[in-house]
Amino acid sequence: MTVENKTAELNTDIVTNILVVGVGGQGVMTAADVLSQAALALGYDVKKTEVAGMAQRGGVVTSHVRFGKKVLSPSIKPGDADMMIGFEPAEALRWHSHLKPGAVVMVNDYPLIPPVVSIGLFDYPEDPLGQLANSAVELHRFNAGEAAIELGDRRLVNSIMLGAIADHLPFPPETLEAALLNRFQRKGESLVELNRQAFALGRQAFNQVDELETV
Amino acid sequence: MSATQPIQQDQRQFISGNEAVAQAARDAGCSVASAYPGTPSTEILEFIAAYPNIYSEWSINEKVSLEVAIGASLAGSRSLCAMKHVGVNVASDALMTQTLIGAVGGLVLVVADDVGLSSSQNEQDSRYWGRFAHLPMLEPSDAQETYEMTRLAFGLSEQYEVPVIVRLTTRICHVKGVVTCSPAESYEPKGFTKDPSRFVMVPGNAKKRIPLMMARDQTLSLVSEAHSLNYVESGSDQTVGFVTSGAAYYHVKEAYPDAPVFKLGFSHPAPIEKIREFSATVEKLVVVEEVEPLLETELRAAGVKVYGKDILPRIGELAPHVLTPCIDKLLGKTCKGELIPVDELFPRPPTLCVACPHLGIYYCLSHIKNTIIAGDIGCYTLGAGHPWNALDTTISMGASLSVAMGIDKGRSAADENKNVLAVIGDSTFMHMGMQGLLDITYNKGNVTVLLLDNRAVGMTGGQNAPSSGLDLHGEATMQVDFRKLCEALGVKPERIHEVNPYELPTLFKALRSETKVNEPSVIITNQPCVLTERYSQLPPLKVDDDKCTGCSNCLDVGCPAILVTRRETVIKPNGKEKELSFVNIDTAACTGCDLCTNTCAPDAIVPAFNVNNINAVEVK
Repeated sequence: MTVENKTAELNTDIVTNILVVGVGGQGVMTAADVLSQAALALGYDVKKTEVAGMAQRGGVVTSHVRFGKKVLSPSIKPGDADMMIGFEPAEALRWHSHLKPGAVVMVNDYPLIPPVVSIGLFDYPEDPLGQLANSAVELHRFNAGEAAIELGDRRLVNSIMLGAIADHLPFPPETLEAALLNRFQRKGESLVELNRQAFALGRQAFNQVDELETV
Repeated sequence: MSATQPIQQDQRQFISGNEAVAQAARDAGCSVASAYPGTPSTEILEFIAAYPNIYSEWSINEKVSLEVAIGASLAGSRSLCAMKHVGVNVASDALMTQTLIGAVGGLVLVVADDVGLSSSQNEQDSRYWGRFAHLPMLEPSDAQETYEMTRLAFGLSEQYEVPVIVRLTTRICHVKGVVTCSPAESYEPKGFTKDPSRFVMVPGNAKKRIPLMMARDQTLSLVSEAHSLNYVESGSDQTVGFVTSGAAYYHVKEAYPDAPVFKLGFSHPAPIEKIREFSATVEKLVVVEEVEPLLETELRAAGVKVYGKDILPRIGELAPHVLTPCIDKLLGKTCKGELIPVDELFPRPPTLCVACPHLGIYYCLSHIKNTIIAGDIGCYTLGAGHPWNALDTTISMGASLSVAMGIDKGRSAADENKNVLAVIGDSTFMHMGMQGLLDITYNKGNVTVLLLDNRAVGMTGGQNAPSSGLDLHGEATMQVDFRKLCEALGVKPERIHEVNPYELPTLFKALRSETKVNEPSVIITNQPCVLTERYSQLPPLKVDDDKCTGCSNCLDVGCPAILVTRRETVIKPNGKEKELSFVNIDTAACTGCDLCTNTCAPDAIVPAFNVNNINAVEVK
């Protein structure tokens, strides 16, 4: 599959800011890369940067993705993120001050407890997403971590989370899906199919949860 | 490392600053590229390794790396050397004299500053090296400029016969942006021409080169004053203007889009006169630079009135929201960019990986009393953190051995019976640690050395080293034999032990016996980094809830896959309170290294699945 090479309407100066947050090793940077590739394919200017300590060592990883007609600084200012993909509930809470009022927030409700909490030095917040919901944001939650393990590989959480955000972007979800699947082209059809499933699951699961909550 | 995918017909690529350096080297006809891995510069050589026309290598340290590049330049080829900021400290001996010789083939030194210390032992401003070594410096602000300036650097280097520094920062190296390459050129190596008066830096020759270097400074100042990389962007609001370079440029543009900006690309020698002219066009002039007040000081010395680090932070990264409150205050505005306070949340410091072969070492070290342990630079520096708290010093690459030697020789009566240990990884040992061991044996020190050989440069992502038996390209090469090497450096054969770090009883025994001996000994671990292909995982483990007594011994291993499920406080028969922590194992994360079972007295840690089900959970 190839990403459609169409030029987006870039008449405005609006820059879209997406924050992707989680823990090293979860695929935060890859998800941010896929989002960037999709925006690039539509003709946007794109910048992506990480605030990552030691990415593969279980530390905090935050990717900033910015796209629009022209992007200047790669860093999203506090209070300026339009959307957030949270790979872990407490990490989503950690960055809440970066969100705009009303920002769309997709969170994988699968807590990862760091050793400093395990050995009793610090407490994991009791209800991080409850706290986050108190900020004026549009919160969607789903246990993508468990779903990924059920699909057969915990790394699929990445594709599920991309599916979650797909219907909230200023471009068609198919563009994001194409950018995602493009990464797996050379690794064989079975991986492409698996990620297609994970992406679809993310789109559906997060919407479903949303409907339930609004009832 | 992600390959670029040609999904665009218009050649727009989405790449990082590091990849932009690599592509520029390729398109400039560079022949030789060298580096020692170091955040944030590591990926530069990993990308270059894919280009067959460039000879590329992981050198054993930055000094060697720069000297390889120097040699290639003297041979008339274009060469590039990349390193992180602290690497230049190591390479500086060569750099400070090479500046007298200059360059024959274009010689480009790419230096990446870890501003904000994401993965470094200090924060240094490499722009000082341009001043110290009398070298021109280019400072790109994004990936596209990184590509263009790296290409330009080769030509400048040849034109003025001088090594050129391209100074990057984390926010350049690791920011991906849209890059379009220009047509590639081919460069015909000029060949080596003997010229001892220029290439042999004995005092008589060097003395004659110093005035030439000074004259070059004058020339380069004029070049910088006139260079198109140094330019003014006019703005509609003259109340404040900025002089800025590197990543800071875009932060300024984002925060103050209407302000006039002097954009500095050819940043050393700085175009002082051009900036002086600019200063007359704005009411207030602010220098925005990462990290030290370098240009600010030079401008002040030249009589230009500027603001700088008197109003801006002097440590860490700048960003639009960091600039706004400072500049608004200067302008007498009420600050709208005040930060919203973030709730206190637990920290998530980096930690050793699940099943890391260093876990067993730190478990032992945290259980042995009466020690002073000198640490080093690598993943194993994390042993200084919880739950082990096992390292007493960390300074620079290779320092563990020599610092331990000094602690041994400088010990007071109070420390008479302390055991002095040094902990160092394989790659760091070869980088700069071997010399320390030779010093210990030569000068009869009493240090127990733990050489943690995981066959890779773990911290930067598992790159190959002479301990891997593989080169930068993954091709087979010699593999260093640490036992023989330590023997050759003067350690007695019976004082060298090779141990499996997953066998705690063996580790304890080796540590206890070797710390008792009053001479240097080396304990070498022999299991690979779990991030590399050498590591093969085993079926995962789980905790049998009925058997777990809550003793929390396994938590001392520090494996991130072991989690506490509940805590209880009980009163022991002697009346004292005891904290119990009952645990489980994240089976999806566990790779069955079996280390924790060593620590579990009630045998509560058992295989997670029966053998028939193993395939169902196998993850590639």
